[in-house]
Amino acid sequence: MLARRLLIAAAAAMLSFPALAQDKSIVVASTTSTQDSGLFGYILPLFKNATGISVRVVAQGTGQALDTGRRGDADVVFVHAKSAEEKFLSEGFGVKRFPVMYNDFILIGPKSDPAGVKGTKDIVKALTAIKDKGASFISRGDRSGTNIAEIKLWTIAGIDIGKDRGPWYKEVGQGMGAALNIASASNSYVLSDRGTWLSFKNRGDLEIVVEGDKRLFNQYGVMLVNPAKHPTVKAKLGQQFIDWLISPEGQAAIADYKVNGEQLFYPNAHDRGA
Amino acid sequence: MEPTVSAFQLLLAGDPALLAVVRLSLIVSMSAVGVATLIGVPVGASLALTHFPGRTVVVVVFNALMGLPPVVAGLAVFLLLSRSGPLGSLGLLFTPPAMVCAQVVLVTPIIAALTRQTIEDLWEEYCDELTAMNVGMVRRVGTLIWDGRFSLITIVLAGFGRAAAEVGAIIIVGGNIEGFTRTMTTAIALETSKGDLPLAIGLGVILIAIVVLVNALAWTVGRAAQRYAG
Repeated sequence: MLARRLLIAAAAAMLSFPALAQDKSIVVASTTSTQDSGLFGYILPLFKNATGISVRVVAQGTGQALDTGRRGDADVVFVHAKSAEEKFLSEGFGVKRFPVMYNDFILIGPKSDPAGVKGTKDIVKALTAIKDKGASFISRGDRSGTNIAEIKLWTIAGIDIGKDRGPWYKEVGQGMGAALNIASASNSYVLSDRGTWLSFKNRGDLEIVVEGDKRLFNQYGVMLVNPAKHPTVKAKLGQQFIDWLISPEGQAAIADYKVNGEQLFYPNAHDRGA
Repeated sequence: MEPTVSAFQLLLAGDPALLAVVRLSLIVSMSAVGVATLIGVPVGASLALTHFPGRTVVVVVFNALMGLPPVVAGLAVFLLLSRSGPLGSLGLLFTPPAMVCAQVVLVTPIIAALTRQTIEDLWEEYCDELTAMNVGMVRRVGTLIWDGRFSLITIVLAGFGRAAAEVGAIIIVGGNIEGFTRTMTTAIALETSKGDLPLAIGLGVILIAIVVLVNALAWTVGRAAQRYAG
């Protein structure tokens, strides 16, 4: 009954949305960092000019974006957590993973620096100091790529964050921007990707306190959702998007995107190990 | 930090992206309210005039569903419309019609529950008359809906307020896709997460202004019609 009502509602509504008729479009499940940083706003119009395909981006955390792909609700996933991406592939949900670009994570903290970590390049030492001093730390807590990277860093520091956490460690379960807003309002430390930070506007007293550690590397990869699992996947158009991203043209577009003169993402499609 | 553009400057400049967002908000919420009215008014009115075992339960459930959390409605419609869900073959997830569906689920109980109350009150007034005239059920419902039409405007507006204000349901089923499923409320959520609080609050004020405008318009039309009807 409900289903029938919804169908009728949908049919009625569809008549008023002519945009649905033109179907040269794909759905890409991606991360908040690629959207909030403004990258998609810059490169997607270039892609559309080149191919006529419009890309509909649903921006979620990496974990959620991969789940969207698993359910068949996206044609392409474009995320940043290699271990989770490889799992997605091994489950048969992705066709092949292509490295696209990288940037890095940075530790953001209040200018007053209560944990005294400013100046160090060693992210592990910094996290240990934050824990020892009990300085307020905001965690995404949402299985996003940044959250996965953060948990890995705690593990490298020999800290079992599930057990060793105290009231200083706050899981907010929200996107990167929201986590930065909370950190800004509560003068906390927070791990961020550089792209979101550079385009973030409500910084308050926050600044970069640790950057440049090799372990803060942040690789983005793209995969076509497997049409063998979900026949509705627009495989041809989706692969066209992937091919463009890793083509010289797409890679140049990524490198060209700058905020206040600063480059946000570094293309590396030809680095096979990435 | 670069200075943020004010939402009002964008509006005054006729910024096409902003206008598209406003337009989609209105189309989605009004379509949802339209469908919800077509379902909710007859259902509510029939409920007011019929008696059957378990009727009280139905009335209580409708009243309770007025407080249905949008995120729950969104999630339910999401699971229904997902490619892996029962209606996945329609391919509606992450499209405006999916957003309409979710809002229909939210708004229908409000319209049905309030209509039930209004019609029940009217029925007490007209009970003897209509019984004496010995008219059938369908005509009774029709007569009472017609007589209660001015109260129904307020009910429909309550539904519209709910639809226009919610973000929890449409952000889940619509995906907040730029230029396709981005509405006022999801744009506000996005700008907040980007830390552009001035733009977010500006969009909020515009949204409130639009809702006030729609209400003023409905009130004026209702008032004029009422006078005309004497």
